[in-house]
Amino acid sequence: MKLTLKIWRQPNAASTGAMHTYELDGVSPDMSFLEMLDVLNEDLNAKGEEPIAFDSDCREGICGMCGLMINGQAHGPEVTTTCQLHMRSFEDGDEIVIEPWRADAFPVLKDLCVDRGAFDRIIQQGGYISVNTGSAPEAHSIQVPKDAADRAFDVATCIGCGACVAACPNGSASLFMGAKITHLGELPQGQAERDSRVVNMVGQHDHEGFGGCTNIGECTAACPKEIPLDVISQLNRDLRTALRHGH
Amino acid sequence: MTDSHSEFSSDVDSHADAPTIDPDLIDDAVDYFIPGEPLVDTKAPSGPIADRWSTRKFEAKLVNPANRRKLSIIIVGTGLAGASAAATLGEAGYNVKSFCYQDSPRRAHSIAAQGGINAAKNYKEDGDSVHRLFYDTVKGGDYRSRESNVYRLAEVSTNIIDQCVAQGVPFAREYGGLLDNRSFGGVQVSRTFYARGQTGQQLLIGAYQALERQVAAGTVTTYARHEMLEVIVADDSSGQRRARGIIARDMVTGEVQTHLADVVVLASGGYGNVFYLSTNAMGCNVTAAWRAHRKGAYMANPCYTQIHPTCIPVSGSHQSKLTLMSESLRNDGRIWVPKRKEDCAKDPREIPEEDRDYYLERIYPSFGNLVPRDIASRAAKYQCDDGRGVGPEVDGVRRGVYLDFADAIARLGRDAVEAKYGNLFDMYARITGEDPYEVPMRIYPAVHYVMGGLWVDYDLQSTIPGLFVTGEANFSDHGANRLGASALMQGLADGYFVLPHTIRDYLADGPFEKIDESHPAVVEARTSVEERINHFLTVNGTRSVDSYHRELGNIMWEYCGMERTEDGLKKAIDLIRTLKDDFYRNVKVLGTADSLNQSLEKAGRVADFLELGELMCIDALNRRESCGGHFRAESQTEDGEALRHDDAFAYVAAWEWGGEGEKPILHKEDLVYTAIEMKQRSYK
Repeated sequence: MKLTLKIWRQPNAASTGAMHTYELDGVSPDMSFLEMLDVLNEDLNAKGEEPIAFDSDCREGICGMCGLMINGQAHGPEVTTTCQLHMRSFEDGDEIVIEPWRADAFPVLKDLCVDRGAFDRIIQQGGYISVNTGSAPEAHSIQVPKDAADRAFDVATCIGCGACVAACPNGSASLFMGAKITHLGELPQGQAERDSRVVNMVGQHDHEGFGGCTNIGECTAACPKEIPLDVISQLNRDLRTALRHGH
Repeated sequence: MTDSHSEFSSDVDSHADAPTIDPDLIDDAVDYFIPGEPLVDTKAPSGPIADRWSTRKFEAKLVNPANRRKLSIIIVGTGLAGASAAATLGEAGYNVKSFCYQDSPRRAHSIAAQGGINAAKNYKEDGDSVHRLFYDTVKGGDYRSRESNVYRLAEVSTNIIDQCVAQGVPFAREYGGLLDNRSFGGVQVSRTFYARGQTGQQLLIGAYQALERQVAAGTVTTYARHEMLEVIVADDSSGQRRARGIIARDMVTGEVQTHLADVVVLASGGYGNVFYLSTNAMGCNVTAAWRAHRKGAYMANPCYTQIHPTCIPVSGSHQSKLTLMSESLRNDGRIWVPKRKEDCAKDPREIPEEDRDYYLERIYPSFGNLVPRDIASRAAKYQCDDGRGVGPEVDGVRRGVYLDFADAIARLGRDAVEAKYGNLFDMYARITGEDPYEVPMRIYPAVHYVMGGLWVDYDLQSTIPGLFVTGEANFSDHGANRLGASALMQGLADGYFVLPHTIRDYLADGPFEKIDESHPAVVEARTSVEERINHFLTVNGTRSVDSYHRELGNIMWEYCGMERTEDGLKKAIDLIRTLKDDFYRNVKVLGTADSLNQSLEKAGRVADFLELGELMCIDALNRRESCGGHFRAESQTEDGEALRHDDAFAYVAAWEWGGEGEKPILHKEDLVYTAIEMKQRSYK
């Protein structure tokens, strides 16, 4: 396959970026999208041009490190992570536009790499159950109904990639936050801190500059782990309850 | 993804007497190393094995809570072993700095483990116990692990489950609301806890959340996108040598930073990426461990590598990593290659039954497709070496064998197969573009885990005082082969329940004499890092870092992979030395030191892999026996099975860095079993 790639290049956070065009020949449909970029980078290196910086680590769809806007879609045309997207999803002769995640709260560091530290700071504000090592009760002393455990697991599969934010016209992280609120809120272990958790996490979310949710649903459509939109309903319900409780 | 299915049929033993080896045959590597003093004191308490950990915990000195905040701890790596330790030590009130190369601690490669985590809870009342888990783990490791450590691992395994459940880890549950367990492979008890196929992810997120909670509490500071490039080992005024900090590079700004502390913990994972292609994440590397090795930490059993038989084969020279599929597929899939070479390029559905060679069923009639990982892996290699591999030709060879579900679909129905393996089939289809319900899957072995690592004593302390090593980065618990669902157990055991006690004993003598950035050891470490960075950027040669890495990987895979021979290993050592020499003279790294520069990051890692690769070959050359994941062609039974030589090799090979261009020094730690009897395995 022969492709025309339009890629965002930006030397560092402080500078202004621009789209650059590259032609790439000899792309195999069996390559992953990131392997295609590896090949481009080898070409650039050979030509004496600095390779394009992009993030990836596990390359098996679970670590959440990769993430590109591909032709305007977070993680591209398939419901999966960028690393699991393969070139057979494209046609010979295609023009592909590749950008970093778009969101004020995820500033660009270089080329296609962004800073998602805001997600860690949201978790710091309550995305956990407070239990020190060694103080846990015997595991079977806590019974969890199977449907609650399954629901908790389904939403706990969030990989924190940020596609939901990148896809959202408001740049909201409500799906990310709702997934954690729902995961911990479904479990008996998570009840003691349920009110303070949602209030503090939402406070941090807004402080970081993420936008509000207006129920557009682009987030869940882009989510490689298919986190359902109703986690945001859960988030709003928990927030309302917490406020009613005087938080 | 990382798999956790265990060795199949691990309960088969023969009680034959251990074979003996001609002493003249055990000096293969004599020209490559210098013999050193044996390692005798591992600090494990004596007495009954079941009491040793209690004894050690009781004897460990205490640190007054008010003093803990005056003590500082650096932890490198945020996988299960690192994040759990950082959280726990933060909770205890120490002052912790946590480093990772990823953009968030949540991304460490523990996240990719699929299958589960073992614990001796005996919830199924099926005869499991701490002793049985201990026994299975030592035996699975082919009697090459240290029994005191393994017993402790089994002992604390039950605490891990309690801790994780309390954190909200959504383990699979039964309808009554209690935890579900499953049995893996041939293990006859159900002791594996799991969260669908994403157990590693859920355990890591639990540890990550505990870590972030401590960040909010002010006890832990995290440094994401920071890479440790050197350890600082400094003498104090009385001449006592200790690890006192690290040199790290901020991977965004390029700033080279000095971080000082009272103690340093490496939880930096395994080095499977020395093979270039492995199931490890792209960034997994040996640099933290190797820099420590060069400063005096011994590297133990570096040749022990686990190669997993059921990975998706390489599709072309562009391949950047390999993906594992759960070994459970072998329960229902039948493995075969064409009998005739000329059939290899054909559509497999057009090859009639009589022209297929179900080679595992043929060679191992009683275990068939369920033979252990190493046997299945080697058998696949032999078929492909023989020219009967299938799939695309890469560099002139087809490296793949069929894993065929046609019989299973005919017997059980497509729906039943889909219910059991649907997610794996989907993953396979996404990566290969082929539908495994219609066309047989293709599989090939891939490097998956390393049992070797930095040598540690019972306290998890390396041979550098004040440098502790946890998780896959150390060598201690898995011997020559790791059982499924035991990597997660070890990472969390070390981080939550072992290190916090043993490090306390060390820190009770602190805080140690203050050192600052002008200390000669700090200056030396910092200067060496800066010089190395500067060197890579100024060589301005013709070859990319990746091209060197790929070539090294090919050498390692060919000569230090599934089957190792004296001639092959000697050849590999020569090839690696030549490649290393060329790398330093001809590598091409563009960009600058003071910016995000991924080629520069890789250059440092590949430089260290080149040195590690040589040591792995020397270790494999020295160990003229087959054990666990290490198979020396010269040491096999008439049936082609691995043959251990307990009379000559029942020891840990701990290698000391001998200096630049000098031979390494071999220190042996004899393995003594008091609570278990050594046996040879048989799978016929």
